[in-house]
Formats: sequence, structure tokens, C-alpha cells
Amino acid sequence: MIGKLKAFGAFWYDFVVGDDWRVAIAVVVALAVTFAVASAGAPAWWVLPVAVAVVLPLSLWRVARPRRER
Amino acid sequence: MSGGALFIAVFLACTVEAVEALTIVLAAGTSRDWRSAITGVVAGVVVLAVIVAALGPAVTAIPLEGLRLVVGGLLLVFGLQWLRKAVLRASGLKALHDEEAIYRRERAAAETATSVRRGMVADWYSFTLSFKGVVLEGLEVAFIALTFGANQQNIPLAAIAALAAVLAVTVAGLAVRAPLARVPENTMKFVVGIMLTSFGIFWGAEGAGAQWPGADAALLVLVPVVALFALGLVAALRRSGNTVTGAVAS
Repeated sequence: MIGKLKAFGAFWYDFVVGDDWRVAIAVVVALAVTFAVASAGAPAWWVLPVAVAVVLPLSLWRVARPRRER
Repeated sequence: MSGGALFIAVFLACTVEAVEALTIVLAAGTSRDWRSAITGVVAGVVVLAVIVAALGPAVTAIPLEGLRLVVGGLLLVFGLQWLRKAVLRASGLKALHDEEAIYRRERAAAETATSVRRGMVADWYSFTLSFKGVVLEGLEVAFIALTFGANQQNIPLAAIAALAAVLAVTVAGLAVRAPLARVPENTMKFVVGIMLTSFGIFWGAEGAGAQWPGADAALLVLVPVVALFALGLVAALRRSGNTVTGAVAS
């Protein structure tokens, strides 16, 4: 039973989060920052685009880097 | 823009996933038992319909602002997964998706598996292979259709786009009776990744309280900017000179 629950959890983790959990964490943090900036009355639309512009290359670099080092 | 984008995103995502499911069903049907494979397809479609019927009303019951925050965030995480893989494929760091290779691999595995009868299903292997193929590939489409449809408050249009794609792939599959290897899946996945990421950024920011300059018109800038950024990453990774040899399956 526990094994099946673990498998169920692992499936949904893989389905939503995928190969790089850092991307999911970064999105959650960026949403929180957007909320904080918007709540302070400042323009906050730029936070998520900037987060994507930083996170996506970093995530790709993590894949490309080991190949270069071989 | 939004209605058209909703239709295109769901149609493309659904076409890609339906092509992948078709390959698995074809491998199960041609190498083992068509009746069991088709029973697996029907069972998978029923499970997906139950999931959509249960989650659809639940998702639409959430207030729009909360929905955009949660679903926008999920869509962005999901979209970045698609875009990340698409950029890796386009830059040669990940093997291209190849339906012919997947078909050969699934067929070879199916031919060596032992045949077991369970209840009304003559060949359990064919049934489970088809069932899993349909449910796993269909779940992504259901997620995309529900999130896009709920945010646009137009789930019927998302459902029409999904059904149109399934119908087109089924008709093509019946006509060709072979994996639809000529469908430009890798390009389509790239486009879907761009759209999911762009809409995830847009809705996620709105849900968190941000106001976009130009309101919905911001999407007209956001989508091409994300596309150009992704293409720039592909070019940069290609220049690094690391490639995967041969296009296999994943």
C-alpha cells in the first residue's frame, strides 16, 4: 500500500515538477515576489519574465555543462 | 488573440500527445491483439473523461484571481518543462522524438511479452499498454485544456480543440495504419512550450496582483519575446557544439 502511494506521489511529482525541481521552486518564489511588489503598489509585471529569463538558461546550462566537461 | 491562442495551444498539444498514444496503440495492436488494445483505448478514454468531468467543475468554481495565480503558476512550471525539453532537442542536447523508433521499440517489447487472459480481456499486455499510453498522454492534454479553458472561461472551446485533434490523428492513423512519423512533433512541442510559458507568465503575474501594460495586448509582445528568447537559447547551445548522436525516442 505504501509502495503504491509512493508511486502515485512520484508520478504526480514527475508530471508537474519534471526533471528540474529548481524551476518549480523559482516559479513559486517569483510569484511570491510579484505578490509582494504588487502589494507595495509598484509595477510587478516584470518579475516573472525576468525570473524565466534567468531560470531557463540556468536549467539548460546544468544539462549542457557536464557534456562540456567530459 | 486569447480564443485563437487557446484553440491553437490545446490543438497542438493534443495532436502531439495523440500521435504518441497512437504509436503505442499501434504497437500493441499490430504485434499482439487488436481487440484488447482497443479495449485499453476505450478504458483509458473513460478514465480521462471521469478525471475531466470531476476536475472541470471544481476548477471553474475557483474565483478567477485565485485560479489565475494557482493555474498560472502550474502552467508556467509545466510550460517551462516543455520549453526546456524542446530547446534541448532543438539544440541537439537531447534526442529528437522519433515515432518510428518508439514504434519499433514498443513492438519488440510486445512481441517478447507473455500472453495472459484476465476476465474479458484476451491479452492483458495489449490492454495495459494501450490503456497506459492513452491515460498518460491524455493526462497532459486534459491538464492543458482545463487550465487554459478555465482561465479563458471557455472550457467548451478547449474541449472542441482537443476533440478535433484526436479526431484528426485517429483518421490519419486509420488511413496510414503506421506511426505518424511525418507529423512535425518536435516543432509542435516547441510551439506549445512557448505558449504555455507565455500564458503561464501572463496569468501567474495577474493572479499575483500585477497589472500588465496594455492588459491582454501584452500577450502580443510576450509570446514573440518568449519565442525569440527560446530560439536564442537554441542558437547559443548549438554553438557550444555538444550534440546527441542519432534521433531516438524519449
